[in-house]
Amino acid sequence: MARTRIRKKRGTYFFDYTLLFLIIFLSCFGLVMIYSASYYTAQLNLGDGAYYVKKQATILLGGFVAMYVVSRFDYHWYVKLAPLAWALALILMILVNFTPFGIERNGKKRWLGYGSTTLFQPTEFVKIALIVVTAVLIVRLVRYLDRWQSIVIFCAVTLPLGGLVLMNNLSSGIIVCGIVVAMYFVASREKKRFLIAAIVVIALGVAAVLMADKLVDWNILEEYQGSRILVWQNPEEYPTSGGYQVLQGLYAIGSGGFFGKGLGNSVQKLGFVPEAQNDMIFSIICEELGLFGAICVILLFLFMLYRFMVIANNAPDLLGSMLVVGVMAQIALQVFMNIAVVTNFMPNTGVSLPFISYGGTSLLFLMVEMGMVLGVSRRIRFE
Amino acid sequence: MNKVRVWQRHRLGFAFGLVILLVLCLIVQLVHLMLFRSDYYSEKADELHERERDIKAARGRILDRNGVVLADNLTVCTVSVIHSQIEDAEEVIRVLCEKLELPEEEVRTAVEKVSSREVIETNVEKEIGDEIRSCGLAGVKVDEDYRRYYPYSTLASHVLGFTGSDNQGIVGLEVVYEEILTGTDGQILTQTDARGIELDGAAEERVEPVAGSDLVISLDRTIQEYAEQAAEKVLEEKQAKQVSIIIMNPQNGELYAMVGVPEYDLNDPYTLLAAYVEEESSEEDNLNRMWRNASINDTYEPGSTFKIITMAAALEENLVTLEESFYCPGYRTVGGRTIHCHKTQGHGAETFLQAAMNSCNPVFIDLGLRLGVDVFYSYFETLGLLEKTGIDLPGEAGTIMHEKEDMGEVELATVSFGQSFQITPIQLITTAASLINGGTRVTPHLAIAVQNSEGDVTETFTYDAGKTIISEETSETLRYILEQVVSEGTGRNAYLEGYSIGGKTATSEKLPRSADLYISSFLGFAPADDPQVIALITIDEPEGVYYGGTIAAPVIAEIFENILPYLGIEAEPVEETQSTEE
Repeated sequence: MARTRIRKKRGTYFFDYTLLFLIIFLSCFGLVMIYSASYYTAQLNLGDGAYYVKKQATILLGGFVAMYVVSRFDYHWYVKLAPLAWALALILMILVNFTPFGIERNGKKRWLGYGSTTLFQPTEFVKIALIVVTAVLIVRLVRYLDRWQSIVIFCAVTLPLGGLVLMNNLSSGIIVCGIVVAMYFVASREKKRFLIAAIVVIALGVAAVLMADKLVDWNILEEYQGSRILVWQNPEEYPTSGGYQVLQGLYAIGSGGFFGKGLGNSVQKLGFVPEAQNDMIFSIICEELGLFGAICVILLFLFMLYRFMVIANNAPDLLGSMLVVGVMAQIALQVFMNIAVVTNFMPNTGVSLPFISYGGTSLLFLMVEMGMVLGVSRRIRFE
Repeated sequence: MNKVRVWQRHRLGFAFGLVILLVLCLIVQLVHLMLFRSDYYSEKADELHERERDIKAARGRILDRNGVVLADNLTVCTVSVIHSQIEDAEEVIRVLCEKLELPEEEVRTAVEKVSSREVIETNVEKEIGDEIRSCGLAGVKVDEDYRRYYPYSTLASHVLGFTGSDNQGIVGLEVVYEEILTGTDGQILTQTDARGIELDGAAEERVEPVAGSDLVISLDRTIQEYAEQAAEKVLEEKQAKQVSIIIMNPQNGELYAMVGVPEYDLNDPYTLLAAYVEEESSEEDNLNRMWRNASINDTYEPGSTFKIITMAAALEENLVTLEESFYCPGYRTVGGRTIHCHKTQGHGAETFLQAAMNSCNPVFIDLGLRLGVDVFYSYFETLGLLEKTGIDLPGEAGTIMHEKEDMGEVELATVSFGQSFQITPIQLITTAASLINGGTRVTPHLAIAVQNSEGDVTETFTYDAGKTIISEETSETLRYILEQVVSEGTGRNAYLEGYSIGGKTATSEKLPRSADLYISSFLGFAPADDPQVIALITIDEPEGVYYGGTIAAPVIAEIFENILPYLGIEAEPVEETQSTEE
């Protein structure tokens, strides 16, 4: 109804059905893969093979509702909430990092809750909050973007949050920083600065790899981070300790071959790959669907990113465009990092695969972000 | 209103280009892992997932010459529980207690123990195993296995031998023909999950086991049984320590029977028989003594049966004729030592034939001295006495003979009538067989052929035809003399109406001489003119009368009476024998 109303008022508007289809397809494909990857261990440990898929499906349904609702809102309206979102994100991160409300799971303090009830991962909220805040900042500062003062303002706004996230966990920190940098990069006209920054980052990365031992000795890297670099270089030397997860993932991927063992036929999911439905789910996709299936999934993500680009390029204004660029950066970074970790292309760090990995918070906020993107696409006017 | 600037679109395009580049890197990595390293990782993963289980191969059977199974396999079951798969522990405990007749605490401890696999009971009869399996209890595994089984339990125990816990041969034929009898175990490769639990419905890779081949031996169950019964009878009557009997085909060396009573139970070889217990020996030594095959593993002084060899050498060298006259005063002085005849008052004047029939020691001393050390010793070599016979049983003992250089007149004299050296019974019977069969050395043996389970012969054993050791003529003379020994001489207790039997008795005094312990023996063959069967009995430490001619010869006669018709050698009409006597 609302749509027809808008159409009457402003003429022909665009809605990206292709993206909607991609979202539905990827999230449903995710459900199938979660069911396949978790059935055996869930049946064994929880007595219900569909335990994880049921939980994920429920959240996905809620996520679709959230996506629809958000897409109906005019994004110009909710960006006014940016300062509030920033403040809330800061409070949540402080709560999770420094108070007993932060709950440890698998030795990582990433969850917010109280006692035995856990609610969600605040880092996922920080991502969406930062996208909105950065987009608003860019729009405000667009004329002076390349001045040093602007950079100072950017840092003042994003660094407290980014730092808190980085304290919480490295991978989310990298993603959060990556989102901000990517958005700033797209908006800015500056080139030299980014080139130098890129060279510095690459040099630091190479140095970290070459001198992992020493960096640990100098307390620049944590012990576990240093060992991850060593494991990454030679996972088969650490089959029981740090290399176990990576190695089991490689066994799964390698035994897939070209067409895979067929859906449901993975052996590595039978307790070999730890928590196969989570970060390592791509290795099960490789084992069951083969190289063919894996490349199809990657191409679907690439196509999704392409749709984001199209929407960002045609957005009615810079604010909408920047929102989409932020979401695009997040998904691109997560997909790349997840697959790179699973294939041992980069050192191990916990990043979930968007839409597919099991995880309620991540999926819910992803669907909200999709709502934002679809909301922007709705404002595109055919001229 | 802030519009999206052109450069921003370009920059976004550039960023997307970077993304494509990174994605390409990932695809390259994936192709590398999933195509080029696929075999490597698949193999690693399979190693991780597959669990091997052996399927035991059946051991080949041992059959006698007529196909009677002497060593067989029994299917037995191993019952075990897999803790993590048990659903109803109480039911499992109840059923296992009932079927296996085990105390509840024992089963409960095993069932409740957290382990990947706990064996409850091994060697369970197949029927009980099948019953347990048919209960369909989750977590209870019944695996089939083979156990060696000897249908005649004690029959030919010292020949067959037995197997150990892994079905490997330990003694006897079981160990000699291990390679033929033992099969190749098969394997079941099953996929398991991370806990090592086998997956239902996962494809099993199965490598079928190959059963071992059957071994056909020359032993004849019927003859062996007759011989064992006869040996047991004399063992009991004479309260002897042990009685050994070897029955052989003198023409080709095939062994029809090899007895060493008391025989032990092959199905229970670790239970010591009272007869083999010696107080001061350890349990292990006693068991080893019980498992020894006295006919092969032990040597003894053969005594008068060895005179066959002395005779053969002297006849072959033409140093004596049957009619030549000798005189026995009851002793002979050789090298300053007086050696007595068993008949101390002497046999008086006698021909050589009569001396042989009387088993007269002085005459054989004369023969030995006529032969001399060099010639006599060369006969030991030609006859194969100094080597082992090469029988296909383990642990054959060698001959203990004087060194040629150390052999003086006294030694020569004593060796001539079978004293002062030791040989195994199998060596004696083999040499005797070779002398009376026309002069061809035979190899005593048991194995004849290898068969597959369908009964097709896959391999036939061949044994050296053997070299000629004496002339046919000498052999014939020997047979004649030995027939006379039985029909009218010391061996007349072996006389069997209607048959011509050759033979030689012996009574050996065991060392030390002062102990007054004897080994009585008799070597006989039939028919005397064309020997088809030769037998040697040795009675170790008989009580009371100990003369070989008195106690050993009748046993062989009794055995021959039973087995000659069985072997198709019919008795000649009695009238003829009577007419000869007239």
